[in-house]
Amino acid sequence: MAKRAAPEVNAGSMADIAFLLLIFFLVTTTIPKDSGLNRKLPPIEENDEDVIIKEKNIFTVQVNSKDQLLVEDEITELQNVRDLAMAFLDNNGDGSCNYCQGARDSKSSDNPDKAIISLKNDRETSYSMYISVQNELVAAYNELRNRRAEQVGPKRGFKGLNFVEMEKAYKDPKFNGNKEKLKEVIDQIRNEYPEKLSEVQ
Amino acid sequence: MSKFKSKKDNSLPAVNTASLPDIVFMLLFFFMVVTVMREDTLMIENKLPLADQVEKLDKKNPISYIYMGKPARGYEKFGTEARLQLNDKFAQISEVQAFINAERAALREELIPYLTVSLKVDREANMGIVGDVKQELRKANALKINYTTGTGDVMNNIDR
Repeated sequence: MAKRAAPEVNAGSMADIAFLLLIFFLVTTTIPKDSGLNRKLPPIEENDEDVIIKEKNIFTVQVNSKDQLLVEDEITELQNVRDLAMAFLDNNGDGSCNYCQGARDSKSSDNPDKAIISLKNDRETSYSMYISVQNELVAAYNELRNRRAEQVGPKRGFKGLNFVEMEKAYKDPKFNGNKEKLKEVIDQIRNEYPEKLSEVQ
Repeated sequence: MSKFKSKKDNSLPAVNTASLPDIVFMLLFFFMVVTVMREDTLMIENKLPLADQVEKLDKKNPISYIYMGKPARGYEKFGTEARLQLNDKFAQISEVQAFINAERAALREELIPYLTVSLKVDREANMGIVGDVKQELRKANALKINYTTGTGDVMNNIDR
């Protein structure tokens, strides 16, 4: 009966394998980070002076208790809100906005600076519907700003970046470019399509 | 016959355990990296709605969390309507201002204007309670808010 001892497995490289795995996981795992829609609430003002705003400069969106949408007094589906809002913001009724591509309808908004979106909700409206509508309205602003960024960006040395990417690049500490110049472009686009979204209580 | 017999013991050699600490440390580090510390113990259901135009919540600025949703399992005695949770307990709408002031008191003075309130609201909650909280936040002059959402297509919110 031949007795033969099994050769011992060399475990010296086990630690290397373990470190390799450790580094792999360290690199690939991302810590989940909260994200969401940033909003600014209007401050409570003591002297409530009524500012007169022309009816045509207000784009009303109402969500009722059954989560149905009423945009400019017409029942609308959620998918269409973004396009309607973009058409309204980009309308350029008085012709003062030279970068707009809207229909110049005299019954719609004068220019993006005057255009206000008013979002009304009912107490019974579901939160998910409300967020969906807000998301679509923010998307309308972002799409217009992206379009503008693609016009302005290449001239100022930021080719191939849309507005959302510009903002991301501005916040990114690894971005190697002229941040001050980027900030100027972002501010310019923000002023050209200011986000005027009011949430009515 | 016994001439060729090996003198060695032919039982199996013990498994080398020298690398066991490495494996354990690796697991430890892995879990240390991926775990997210929860600030509060949730006593409500909190399934966030989805949105795709989201911005990251900047951790450099101080954030206060306000949770809303219907009481979770085990807390049915608090009813089925959406409730407000501040820190680790259910709260009334009127307590929001005190909560914000307490959060501010814990901050360094120069950071106070940057305080962002993150509203973590269950997707099935109604806007009534959210509107009330927003009104209280306005009274407390905490105007920077963030509707914290998941990332995804909004159309998934509707036909749930």
